[in-house]
Amino acid sequence: MEGLERIIKEHPFFAGLDLGFCALICGCAKNVRYEAGQYLFHEGEPANEFYLIRHGRVSLELHAPERGAVTFQTLGPGEVVGVSWLIPPYRWSYDAKALELTRAIALDAACLRQKCEADHDLGYDLMKRFMPVLIQRLQTSRLQALDVYCARPLKPCA
Amino acid sequence: MRVATATADPMAPRLARVRRRRRDGPDVWTLDIETEEADGLLFAPGQFNMLTAFGVGEVPISFSGDPAEPSRLVHTIRAVGPVSTALARLGPGEPIGLRGPFGAGWPMAEAAGRDVMIVTGGLGLAPVRPVLYCLLAERERYGHIVLLHGARSPNDILFRRELEMWLRRHEIDIEVTVDHAISDWRGHVGVVTTLIPRAAFDPRHAIALVCGPEVMMRFVITGLRDAGVADDAIYLSMERNMKCAIGSCGHCQFGTVFVCRDGPVFRYDRVSQLLALKEI
Repeated sequence: MEGLERIIKEHPFFAGLDLGFCALICGCAKNVRYEAGQYLFHEGEPANEFYLIRHGRVSLELHAPERGAVTFQTLGPGEVVGVSWLIPPYRWSYDAKALELTRAIALDAACLRQKCEADHDLGYDLMKRFMPVLIQRLQTSRLQALDVYCARPLKPCA
Repeated sequence: MRVATATADPMAPRLARVRRRRRDGPDVWTLDIETEEADGLLFAPGQFNMLTAFGVGEVPISFSGDPAEPSRLVHTIRAVGPVSTALARLGPGEPIGLRGPFGAGWPMAEAAGRDVMIVTGGLGLAPVRPVLYCLLAERERYGHIVLLHGARSPNDILFRRELEMWLRRHEIDIEVTVDHAISDWRGHVGVVTTLIPRAAFDPRHAIALVCGPEVMMRFVITGLRDAGVADDAIYLSMERNMKCAIGSCGHCQFGTVFVCRDGPVFRYDRVSQLLALKEI
């Protein structure tokens, strides 16, 4: 447990975490490892965990007919995979695949949700950590939707 | 670096010829152009020429070649409209008109002794490539050099072979990301702004050069400021409807400045208020 606590405290996502909260979070955490090509989860499955990447890289993918798997984001060390565990109905809306050997901390979502209900300070702390991730991903999606590098502009040009 | 000036009559195009044409992307072509002058045309990184496709029209295109090779003028063109499409179709030996060089370029003198953070998107890598040639030619004059480049997809990555060659030289940190990719791409996926927090540079002593679509540049500037880069250390290359290229016609007027004459490269703190406006 001491090893897990140290890893969680040192992970950028949990920078400055209160020691009491760290102990609570550690009770829901475990080390996981994924080989290259192995999926962390698939679209539609229950969002039972989220992941703090320690080493390796993970691609987030959507399967599109006649195009196959389309990667819309890659994540690396220091980043967090998965926000769907926060909001009902707690289901993944994309696939997550390890692009290379990936080591991560998996956090049990049901366990953590229960602790957040019991301790709203913990819930508020976690929410403050997840909100910037959500906002950043929303902004990223907006930019991708704008297709700013598109060769064909909306109005004629020279 | 000597900053070149335009010809005696800045509105009169000089006759030049295409020496070589190569494809650099689905709609992107790079032309090597030779002028009649034996010593070529001196230019500074960030400057542009007005290129004429005879019988079709004229458009501003940045230099994308090495300033140390003034006899080999290189311009990278995306074929999106009638003029750029006509230019992109010109083959070896065909005539092309050019006026220039015009505009204020990238702040090479200010970059000396500092970390250099370059963030580009799409075709925005082309006007910055001359900067990279200069930085590499005098590598010891600069601190850490980082190039972050965003493209639409792996097929749209500009100058891919050259980027790979520079990566192997280990003189510049290069990170490329694409907006979306299918499964054979092993690199980053996501917008270029996501690479900024991971980049190894000292934001307090760095100079940042940004070139790409204006929306992208706005978000990149936010990312650079969040990282700690000062407003007066951020430079961007603006794109407006440049016609005369000498600040006379007013087509490219951007508030109180003319992009063709006072830019296209501007220091961010000098145009930040204008960038915030939806219409000028």
